Amino acid sequence: MNRYPLWKYILIGITLVVAFLYTLPNFFGEVPAVQASPARATEQADTALLGRAETALKAAGLAYSGLELTGNSIKVRLASTDEQIKAKDVLQTALGDGYTVALNLVSASPRWLTSIGSLPMYLGLDLRGGVHFLLEVDMKAALDKAAIRYQGDFRTELRGAKIRYGRITREGEAVVVHFATRDQRDAAIEKLAGTFPDLTYTPADQADGFSLTARLKPEAIKQVETFALQQNITTLRNRVNELGVAEPVIQQQGANRVVVQLPGVQDTAKAKDILGRTATLEIRMVDEQADPTLVSQGQAPFGDDIVPSREGFPIAVKKDVMLTGDSITDASPGFDSTSGQAAVHINLDGKGARIFKEVTRENVGKRMAILLIEKGRAEAITAPVIREEIGGGRVQITGMANAQEASDVALLLRAGALAAPMSIIEERTVGPSMGAENIEKGFHSNIWGFVAVVAFMTIYYRIFGMFSSLALAINGFFLIALLSMIQATLTLPGMAAIALTLGMAIDANVLINERIREELRNGATPQAAIHAGYDRAWGTILDSNLTTLIAGVALFWLGSGPVRGFAVVLCLGILTSMFSAVTVSRAMVNLTYGRKARLSKVSI
Amino acid sequence: MLEFFPFKKTIPFMSWGKTTTFISLVTFLFSVWALWDRGLNLGVDFTGGTLIEVRTEQTADLNRIRSTLEKTGLPEISVQNFGSSRDVLIRLPAQAGASAAQTSNTVMAALQADDPKITLQKVDFVGPAVGKELYDSGALALLVVAIGIMLYLAIRFEWRFAVAGMIANMHDIVIILGVFAFFQWEFTLTVLAGVLAILGYSVNESVVVFDRIRENIRKMRGATIPHIIDNAITRTMSRTIITHGSTQIMVLSMLFFGGEALHNFALALTIGIMFGIYSSVLVASPLLLMLGVKREHFIKPVEKKEEAVV
Repeated sequence: MNRYPLWKYILIGITLVVAFLYTLPNFFGEVPAVQASPARATEQADTALLGRAETALKAAGLAYSGLELTGNSIKVRLASTDEQIKAKDVLQTALGDGYTVALNLVSASPRWLTSIGSLPMYLGLDLRGGVHFLLEVDMKAALDKAAIRYQGDFRTELRGAKIRYGRITREGEAVVVHFATRDQRDAAIEKLAGTFPDLTYTPADQADGFSLTARLKPEAIKQVETFALQQNITTLRNRVNELGVAEPVIQQQGANRVVVQLPGVQDTAKAKDILGRTATLEIRMVDEQADPTLVSQGQAPFGDDIVPSREGFPIAVKKDVMLTGDSITDASPGFDSTSGQAAVHINLDGKGARIFKEVTRENVGKRMAILLIEKGRAEAITAPVIREEIGGGRVQITGMANAQEASDVALLLRAGALAAPMSIIEERTVGPSMGAENIEKGFHSNIWGFVAVVAFMTIYYRIFGMFSSLALAINGFFLIALLSMIQATLTLPGMAAIALTLGMAIDANVLINERIREELRNGATPQAAIHAGYDRAWGTILDSNLTTLIAGVALFWLGSGPVRGFAVVLCLGILTSMFSAVTVSRAMVNLTYGRKARLSKVSI
Repeated sequence: MLEFFPFKKTIPFMSWGKTTTFISLVTFLFSVWALWDRGLNLGVDFTGGTLIEVRTEQTADLNRIRSTLEKTGLPEISVQNFGSSRDVLIRLPAQAGASAAQTSNTVMAALQADDPKITLQKVDFVGPAVGKELYDSGALALLVVAIGIMLYLAIRFEWRFAVAGMIANMHDIVIILGVFAFFQWEFTLTVLAGVLAILGYSVNESVVVFDRIRENIRKMRGATIPHIIDNAITRTMSRTIITHGSTQIMVLSMLFFGGEALHNFALALTIGIMFGIYSSVLVASPLLLMLGVKREHFIKPVEKKEEAVV
């Protein structure tokens, strides 16, 4: 009666082998590495990059143990942290600013393990050290900014349509326009509603005149908010790239929040500065009189600045700023309606449109440059030729090589600055030494607790105690394998949860062993006692584990950060323990006792 | 065979009902008093504020750190040792305004100007709004877990079992919170996770006893309900002690080796495990009796089952 069919043993054998394979990478540790990836999200790391890195490292005489292309980055494995730092400098110089070069650690497990997708557990920030920021986007400011823009747009539009108006004021997120007569107001509503369909217009008759109140429609508000969040995330991503973090996480959370996680960052003050920095866009005229040879040598003519273009060659631009990025309300990639060429469409606000019209009228045939200025360094995103006078604030820049470039330029025009201010509402920083200490503490908690439980079980239940202990160890393997497989984030509370589930998992075996003892006491034969013990205990084990599972699921659902890490491990630990404590331990018992027909005594 | 609890006879737990109810009531009221009078010492997770851990190279001079920090003009700074004499914990209350996130920068700049060897170990900054959210979702989690477990018990057993089990476990939770309030131990997000895990875990205990009670009701024909309950508790006693003992070993290991970060978490679990044993045996079962559990509540499925066997 205590025999498993062969397929069950095979199944258990396979799960054990798989669990072992996926647990393995966690024991190999990590080697220092340098990671390089393109700074722009739109570019891809390729074998050409790999070749460039290889040449640069060879030229510098740096020995490396591995060079590979993974995802959107290349990684160079090095023997020591000294060489790691040297390699970082070499690569940064060789590859230039277009690439983010960062220090990283990669798993030292052999390549065949990595190739079957067996990776070490993903460590949370409290275990590897780093910074976690939760940023909140000030949506009210985004909406205010939109209202300010409409204020200017209304002015331009009404003036263009020759409709007389009084004051244009802003009340929070609403724009109020005053008129002397009702006819003027009604004409204005008709005109504005045609041009700006995203707003609702409410007329009001007051003692001193007539007015209309324009508000964004709910769906337009949502659009403004989504746009602001997306733009801020893009900007953050660009800035984080600059920090040289190996595996940054930048994610939207809820409607108005962004999570930024920077593993391994030690200088949190710098990280905060960079994340909170404001970049500016400027539109200036290109100095056509400048001597090209002087410019290429980096010598700026009087009244000019030399700025690099995105392709890297220098351009002389006038010091006078025509427009700033505040005037740009939107930029999107598209196509020229007549030629079908890739183009970028820019919308300017009312004031910007007026200035732009003036400047373009006077400078037809000349070039202007759009500069992105960050950290006091300017870069020309694009430098198009002015073909004709441009009025109305709708600008189209053609001459893009392809649609990809158009979308890059549009992104830079949009993402150069934040759409709305952001503030840090939560910060969790863990120093790198503390991370290592936490791993050690978590590990020790587990190992000593485990040793004590094993010692107790073996003394108390003898052979059955050894089976239980072995099943417990296998449970540990299963749990680690599962965590490695799904790449769940392991945190310190997660390690505590491993200890806790190991402590609780033994419960199932205690239940079984006690039942077997009881059956033996009641005079059952050993074989019958084992059978009844496992059979009867199963219902209880299921019940008691399910209640803990309910707690775990609720914690996962409602918890955040470290608590989630705890909940994930708790839930997985319960699932693995039910398999290991019942099926695996039973297999061991069956293998040992199952074939003995006349078993007179069991060691329990 | 090594046995800690070789009980041959059934122990009359139910006859101690008055005493155990009294003990429970006293500890419960004490906990409620502690919670009401002293309140929980909520960590920055829930109140908002900044918590900075730094390590000095030699024994930390707290007074010097205090006076250095006073010069920054930040209000209500608390400086204390924790763990070792080189580890210093600096706490600042939640502040309004965007500069709040810069607090840790200001503090570290001031400290490192005075002693460049001071290293930053950890910063927890939680804005007041986030703190409130965490508090709310924590309370909601507690409620969801309680209701979820009650529903499960009601479906799996009977409503009387659900009510008895839940009261027993809420009693554990209140006592853990009460002890934390009494000693003013810091209540953090991790401790809350521990409390919720205990809620699920300690119900295990009631489930095991309840399972036995149900089985006994079917098997022990003619026995009185108190006797059936006594028998169920006695039979599961050994398992109860050993299981909780094993879990407690792991928790103690965390308490000794897990460092400051897991200290309060392990404390909460320790109290939870201790009272978990007590409450499921001596609170849940008498409650079951009080709620009037009867043989008839289980007799029907038993008859069917027996027919099937025969």
